[in-house]
Amino acid sequence: MKKHAITLTVNGEERDLIVPSNRTLLDALRDDLGYTDTKYGCGTGECGACTILVDGMTTINGCLTLAATMNGKSITTAAGLARNGHLHPVQEAFIENDAIQCGFCTPGMVLKTISLLDENPRPTEAEIRHGLEGNICRCTGYTKIVEAVQDASRRITGSNVSAIGE
Amino acid sequence: MTENTPPINGDIHRDIRHDSAHKHVAGSADYIDDIPEKRDLLHVCLGQSSRAHARMKSLDLDDVRAAPGVVMVLTADDIPGRNDVSPFAGDDPLFAKDIVQFHGQSIFAVAAISRDQARRAAKLAKIDYEDYPAILTIDDAMAAKSYIEAPQCVKQGDSVAALKKAPIRRRGCFRVGGQDHFYLEGQIAMAEPKEDGDVHVWSSTQNPTEVQHLVAKVLNIPDNGVTVEVRRMGGGFGGKETHPSLFAAAAALVARKTGRTAKCRVDRDDDMIMTGKRHDFRIDYDVGFDSEGRILGLDLKLASRCGYSVDLSPAINDRAMFHSDNCYFLEHVTINSYRCRTNTVSNTAFRGFGGPQGMIAIERIMDVIAHGLSKDPLDVRMINLYGKTDRNITPYGMRIEDNIAPELIAELAETADYKNRRKEITAFNQANKYLTKALSLTPVKFGISFTALHLNQAGALIHIYSDGSVHLNHGGTEMGQGLFIKVAQVVANELQIDIDRIKISATTTDKVPNSSPTAASSGSDLNGMAALAAARTLKDRLTAFAENHYDCPSDQIIFRNNHIYLGDQKISFNQLVHQAYLGRISLSSTGFYKTPKIHYDRKTHKGRPFFYFSYGAAIAEVIIDLLTGENKILRVDILHDVGKSLNPAIDRGQIEGGFIQGAGWLTTEELVFDDKGVLRSHAPSTYKIPTSADRPAQMTINLWNGVNKEDTIHKSKAVGEPPLMLAIAVHSALTLAVANANSNKAEELSALNAPATAEEILSKLI
Ligand code: FES
Ligand code: FES
Repeated sequence: MKKHAITLTVNGEERDLIVPSNRTLLDALRDDLGYTDTKYGCGTGECGACTILVDGMTTINGCLTLAATMNGKSITTAAGLARNGHLHPVQEAFIENDAIQCGFCTPGMVLKTISLLDENPRPTEAEIRHGLEGNICRCTGYTKIVEAVQDASRRITGSNVSAIGE
Repeated sequence: MTENTPPINGDIHRDIRHDSAHKHVAGSADYIDDIPEKRDLLHVCLGQSSRAHARMKSLDLDDVRAAPGVVMVLTADDIPGRNDVSPFAGDDPLFAKDIVQFHGQSIFAVAAISRDQARRAAKLAKIDYEDYPAILTIDDAMAAKSYIEAPQCVKQGDSVAALKKAPIRRRGCFRVGGQDHFYLEGQIAMAEPKEDGDVHVWSSTQNPTEVQHLVAKVLNIPDNGVTVEVRRMGGGFGGKETHPSLFAAAAALVARKTGRTAKCRVDRDDDMIMTGKRHDFRIDYDVGFDSEGRILGLDLKLASRCGYSVDLSPAINDRAMFHSDNCYFLEHVTINSYRCRTNTVSNTAFRGFGGPQGMIAIERIMDVIAHGLSKDPLDVRMINLYGKTDRNITPYGMRIEDNIAPELIAELAETADYKNRRKEITAFNQANKYLTKALSLTPVKFGISFTALHLNQAGALIHIYSDGSVHLNHGGTEMGQGLFIKVAQVVANELQIDIDRIKISATTTDKVPNSSPTAASSGSDLNGMAALAAARTLKDRLTAFAENHYDCPSDQIIFRNNHIYLGDQKISFNQLVHQAYLGRISLSSTGFYKTPKIHYDRKTHKGRPFFYFSYGAAIAEVIIDLLTGENKILRVDILHDVGKSLNPAIDRGQIEGGFIQGAGWLTTEELVFDDKGVLRSHAPSTYKIPTSADRPAQMTINLWNGVNKEDTIHKSKAVGEPPLMLAIAVHSALTLAVANANSNKAEELSALNAPATAEEILSKLI
């Protein structure tokens, strides 16, 4: 199979790697580069556990994206959200609203929320529920997740923090 | 003096955050697949049967062996010990030999350099099958009398005579579907060979001890040669009670045979195909009642699809029988339970463990009675509730001593404005042609304890190091439910130290042996008590030491907020610990607990299988579109009993999550097997579990203000499973909505099946 030499910027760090054409971004991140904060849930783009931010605020499913197509892109995973030892407001809101049980959906859910709030900083309850539809959580029943997103929205709009820091 | 001291951080009965929350948001809480891999690690994939029932005339694995990256291929002939990964019956082979009994059954394992290579190679097996007749459905199995054990019967009074005498009688039948667990982290195990032929296994399991014992049997080594460890699971819900052994044993066998670390991370599709689910049921009832709606006699037939092997089906179906009364007194009742053996995957534990299926049966009957009498179903439910001092014996002969259902239901109906909303809904329905609403209140009474008596035990291990920091371990596993933080709160409270002084550690069989599965909602009850016992032992030792050392009578020694008060002296906990260490006091202790009061005779199905009951009630308001069958939960009100909660925030999370999971089971999650026994809904694209968009826009959850009457851990109650059954209110409301829509055309309540998908609802509208 054809191999591709690519460069990815992951959480601000430039990484070179060689990937076969069929390697998913999820596998490249987890297995080749060791970013295990991105999770494998279904491998078919249905659960959102592998959600990744690309070039700012766009979310993609790592399991559906071929690594070879990502050359030169800048990627943010959950591990790359903290700034100067401080968690991102969305992360804080998830913790403080008890929006986490087993935690397996959490990294993807946090990243999706950041992207959602970037597009729509003051979403309604219904907009939140529909905005997160692609990210499955089997544990929480979503109530506390919705509350966390509402809280994060207040934190971000109130304190004027840009959604992903500098 | 001590009265004015502030409480410790992380005390009991407080909203304390999940111990791993801050790691989860950054993705730094490691699951098994996140543990750094050894350089020469092998990936394991299982080769599956493509037939539901057949003899393998030949099994040609040459192409598998020759495939790129393949290091080893193993079949039943390569197993040094017993070819079995079943919990007790001995009928779940690790690798099928000669005969395959369901589509997806494991036949061989491939170990390869990469996951992809292993997966591709596994598909290259050439198997020549001779098909045998396959029994796939409950109806087929009932016709063939194909059971995993003899039918069981629970009986009270004389239902035959009572039914004959009853002024009104209704018969009916409906079906309740199964449910895939869809834990977000799929099944996974990693095994590392150790010296002397030992193995260390990381397994995503609710039952490390069982994995340990089964791996040892497969490898033909003693239990002490296997250590099983799990720090956390990405969800379990019962699906990781027995099934993880299959993958753990395969990984361990590869590790043993190759001398290399082996990992088996199961693809989502394979996970859904190869692992058992909630049992689907066929429910037949024959009920007699009076004009008030009081049940006089009931004959209930529960038939479930168990799949090809026994697994935990006997206990699951027993629990279905034990919950067919729910909150209602059944003076004359016969419950016959049929445990059907089919050529499908072996169904297994799933949150509620048969209880939900039994409970939905009686709740349907309540709606049928109310419909027949044109009464408010809530009135029928109220009139049938267990009494406090009489009418309080369950069909299995247990006296109910903690009945709070009448008050709890009344309070919920009042606060959620049930009566008025029912009227409003009637008005809405009259004004709308294509939309119909309905409202239903259903209660829950769930029995707490393992029905297998010996499992009601737990162990814990606590060390205090000489700096005063504490290491905590117990046999319970963490799957997101917050068990670890609750047990840590118990220890913090007992030793009166801040919770951050306590290190929570991974469950591992070399610290606490012979543990029971974390199941039956029993995690905090059992492990909390065991940890409390260990902490008490240490506290007693420290007290005895201080008595001597400070010459202070023990009744004047008080542990309080990281300090010890000795008469009018005060020293820090850390200081006392250090002094005790120098004084050669043992600062490590185990703790043990077994549930009191319970006993049960399975031959007669009589006894006291449960220590106590957890209660709850929910009101669901739904709407259906009569043209499409589309439906929606508009509003949910819940009042739930967790006793005196150890951690209300965690308990609320269980209630919210349990309810939504139950609603998924009863509305959208449909398992479809084709006529060859192939599961057609084996991915989230075809199997619809609730998303955030499905969550009711309005959901109010309150905790019942009460304490456990029994002496449980700080008077709390179990919370894992009971809330799932609150979702029966949704199915009941949908049934009533269909009835409202059909009201001019049908006399009987329609037999709406579960899941009540749009198609199912549409098929019942006339
Ligand atoms: S793993 Fe990518 S969406 Fe599920
Ligand atoms: S917390 Fe378990 S899947 Fe969301």
